[in-house]
Amino acid sequence: MEKFTKLSGVAAPFTRINVDTDLIIPAEHLKTISRLGLGKHLFSYIRYNEDGSPKKEFILNQDRYKKSTILVTGKNFGCGSSREHAVWALSDFGIKCLIGSEFADIFYNNCFKNGILPIILDQSYIDKIVKKISFEKTSILNVNLEKQIITIAYDEFLKFKIDPYRKKCLLEGADDITLTLNKDSLISKFESNLKKKFPWLDR
Amino acid sequence: MSQNQSPKTLFDKIWNNHLVGNKDDDNQLLYIDLHLVHEVTSPQAFEGLRLLKRKVRQPQKTLAVPDHNVPTLNRDNIEDELSKIQLEMLEKNTKDFGIEFFPINDVRQGIVHIIGPEQGLTQPGMTIVCGDSHTSTHGAFGALAFGIGTSEVEHVLATQTLIQNPAKNMRINLEGNMPFGVTAKDLILGIIGKIGAAGGTGHVIEYSGAVIQNLSMEGRMTICNMSIEAGARAGLIAPDEITFNYIKNRPRAPKKNWDKAINFWKDLPSDKGAKYDKEKILKVDKLDPQVTWGTSPQDVVSIKGKVPDPNTESDINRKNGMEKSLEYMDLKPGTKLEDIKIDQVFIGSCTNSRIEDLRAAAKIVKGKSVKTKAMVVPGSGLVKQQAEKEGLDKIFKDAGFEWRDSGCSMCLAMNADKLKPGERCASTSNRNFEGRQGKGGRSHLMSPIMAAAAAVAGHLIDVRELI
Ligand code: SF4
Repeated sequence: MEKFTKLSGVAAPFTRINVDTDLIIPAEHLKTISRLGLGKHLFSYIRYNEDGSPKKEFILNQDRYKKSTILVTGKNFGCGSSREHAVWALSDFGIKCLIGSEFADIFYNNCFKNGILPIILDQSYIDKIVKKISFEKTSILNVNLEKQIITIAYDEFLKFKIDPYRKKCLLEGADDITLTLNKDSLISKFESNLKKKFPWLDR
Repeated sequence: MSQNQSPKTLFDKIWNNHLVGNKDDDNQLLYIDLHLVHEVTSPQAFEGLRLLKRKVRQPQKTLAVPDHNVPTLNRDNIEDELSKIQLEMLEKNTKDFGIEFFPINDVRQGIVHIIGPEQGLTQPGMTIVCGDSHTSTHGAFGALAFGIGTSEVEHVLATQTLIQNPAKNMRINLEGNMPFGVTAKDLILGIIGKIGAAGGTGHVIEYSGAVIQNLSMEGRMTICNMSIEAGARAGLIAPDEITFNYIKNRPRAPKKNWDKAINFWKDLPSDKGAKYDKEKILKVDKLDPQVTWGTSPQDVVSIKGKVPDPNTESDINRKNGMEKSLEYMDLKPGTKLEDIKIDQVFIGSCTNSRIEDLRAAAKIVKGKSVKTKAMVVPGSGLVKQQAEKEGLDKIFKDAGFEWRDSGCSMCLAMNADKLKPGERCASTSNRNFEGRQGKGGRSHLMSPIMAAAAAVAGHLIDVRELI
């Protein structure tokens, strides 16, 4: 997995509430067997017209936000399906960080597995950030994971919280399957206990 | 009382029983008893294993079935090239890694969350995962069951564990008597309407109270199924005699250890005095059949109600959300729900495609004819077989319904079963998101009997008028 340490990039405000993973990547694009190439289908139903041309009003089609690497989101972003394709599509488009007041659980988990940092802040801060990035001159945000801060102006910082294990995995780009496989003997011990305790589960 | 003897919730008990190693970390290693796999969220996980030459740790604790992509007509010939590849991939992957697989023409094939319980694989006290958010369905048996992403699917395949931080506990107590014409679907829609689409985020919701205790397993599954629509990580219902009777004698139910299993299961329900992080009470006596009007499952009203007015909403983000929903749904505030015309009716999905659902819907349509396009998609080949044995297929077909083979079908429109742009559907599925049932399609969620009534009437209608 790619490491996430610091990021300086354009942030796009996309404040719609309850953005579900069907909206992020509609089911018709889930027939792939690869993780790659989904960026072009990101938000496809609201991003393109019938003829395939980009919808002018959609935020990521606007010149200023086309190269966004940060998305500032509305409440309950990523709700609905567990499809990791939603995160793959965001990542393939170039999004590396999400900032919102509330993310759906499975989506939130999926972000970390793909090197995307989802930051949770109080809605009042989100509103403040949205206001700021709505101006071209100030649409860039700086995110520092090590220090857990977002710099919104040269002298204005917002501190964010993050689970230490997840932070470590992002900073190191660690693969948690490898970390868990290192605990093989613990798992084997658990399994032999399980056989004794719950014999009906022994398949 | 020492820490260990303090009263525990059902969730706490299952969690503690499945912890591998250290309990003190924020992120704990949780052992997984059953891993269900389908064709859409697994190919990349198997690919990951192959790349690093990893094996599946416990193939015998894994079951795979194709459901999302499968055609519900003429399934011997899958026309969609991409779907075909994905389906073939699942077959190949399960073969290569030694995992049991129910092929498309096997009578046991069906929606992954229908077949776990049907086979008796889903049992109280287990941990169950699947790369699918509606894994919450299995919580109806008092199993901790939740959806995971593809990276986590790979993690479970390789290690039979997951790295998790514990969820918070929420209890929703349902009190009173179920009114006539009100079903489990109405209960869960009512709950989501009340607590919101993110009301359960970070929590496992345990449903309790007399209403739940009197519900069939089918009804309990409908409720737990849609826990994810309230944002919850999982839904849970304490196992009882109804649960045990449902499991007994199913193909994969415990056989020689049945008594041991039952004894263990009986100790699972939450202890008296167990602490919940949140508690809610819902009185059901006055509940009407529920219908959604918008594009989030929380956009729900009584069938007797009207489409709400965004101008009465004080939260600006919520107001904008409602306006977007209404625009997409092509509805005006103040419209009576019963005046909304329907083009299509879908009875199916892991929420409502079990035999009990089909029986209830068939009762409504018996001897009548539909005024819309309408289809029934049984949840599994076995459900279909049972329904045909009871003559339900004939009732549906005589009324003008299409009678299909099992699968997810128009619940997510990955196969040929889709709404056309602008079409409005009365659906027994769980999601009314934009484009969920086909690009530009409009979905109203409701119970099987309400959907059946809508098919007969051609518009949304209070089913109680037809009974
Ligand atoms: S029926 Fe619908 S909700 Fe259920 S598993 Fe299939 S696609 Fe998902």
